[in-house]
Amino acid sequence: MEQHHHTFSPEVSVITHHDSGTKKIWKTFWLLLVITLIELFLGLTMYWFPHMADWLHTAVKGVIIILSLAKAFYIVSIFMHLGDEIRNMIMTIVVPLMLFVWFIGAFLWDGHSWKELRNDYDPYKKEQNTKKAEPKEHEEGQKPGHLE
Amino acid sequence: MAQAVPIERKWWSGGKSPFNVEYGKLMMWYFLMSDAFTFGAFLISYGTIRFSSNSWPNPNHVFRAFPFTEANLPLAFVSLMTFILIMSSVTMVLAVHEGHLMNRRGVVKWLAWTIVGGLAFLGCQAWEWTHLYHHGAWWGHNPFPNANGSQASTNFSNFFFTITGFHGFHVFSGVVINIIMLLMAWNGAFDRRGHYLMIEKAGLYWHFVDLVWVFVFLCFYLI
Repeated sequence: MEQHHHTFSPEVSVITHHDSGTKKIWKTFWLLLVITLIELFLGLTMYWFPHMADWLHTAVKGVIIILSLAKAFYIVSIFMHLGDEIRNMIMTIVVPLMLFVWFIGAFLWDGHSWKELRNDYDPYKKEQNTKKAEPKEHEEGQKPGHLE
Repeated sequence: MAQAVPIERKWWSGGKSPFNVEYGKLMMWYFLMSDAFTFGAFLISYGTIRFSSNSWPNPNHVFRAFPFTEANLPLAFVSLMTFILIMSSVTMVLAVHEGHLMNRRGVVKWLAWTIVGGLAFLGCQAWEWTHLYHHGAWWGHNPFPNANGSQASTNFSNFFFTITGFHGFHVFSGVVINIIMLLMAWNGAFDRRGHYLMIEKAGLYWHFVDLVWVFVFLCFYLI
């Protein structure tokens, strides 16, 4: 250890040779690829079966979200080597991110509440939702957007 | 992890970093944490607006084009973009790995591939933006109807271009950082310094870009 010490910056006292091989990297790559393909398949089921029951729709989306969180875990832990750091250092990064739990919950709840309130008290908005949009043929013949 | 620290070493007694990481690397982590909150705020505001809407455009109907073909291929192109970014993340880890081994040639080789991947991703994004633009989508313009057939607001386009644009800007700056790292490695700057810790920090940033894409892909294309 000590002969390494002076060649590295003084903050790094112990050099951890955590990745002696590239096997783990490629294993993670295949894992990410397979998870992405499963996500894609689930995303497409919503396209193939547009009349899917609401609860099933929500369940499929829930599974996709969980799979994305798994991908995030593997990227951070293996590719970014956070899993190899000292526990206290990991905690200084992960604990503040816990704020997201409140952040997501509170704001989505608020968005939903806003929708319900407007549907109750704003007849115009409710009516717009039942009207069909004018066919715009957005496949072709659509005039390009304009830069203001 | 804890096994890297010998028991007799007293980290908190002064003179040593309690986290056993270089200052710059620790600060890169804290920067990325703050950037995660920036992207999180963007995506959560998108989610809030989407939750407050009675209906929303269906991504499978919006994102179904592929270059050089007229076929209806929902999500195919964005899957290719995702694959490119994951692949470039792998080449970046391999560059960091070669850096640990002090192998300059290996670092240069894998960094070059990472840059190629980043440029390929940016090219794909440019194509996708151009395609959507020619179909009438832009900030303030949304030609795509809601999933239930009703008229959609411009929120969909506004959030899509703002958030993928902000992510694309991160990819762009990541490519610039990687090019600088490549030139420094090529010139032997890290060999003279005695370590390749700089590659690790650039790598952290690059992986973060990939990490954000996981959530952009999730929020805009999948659900």
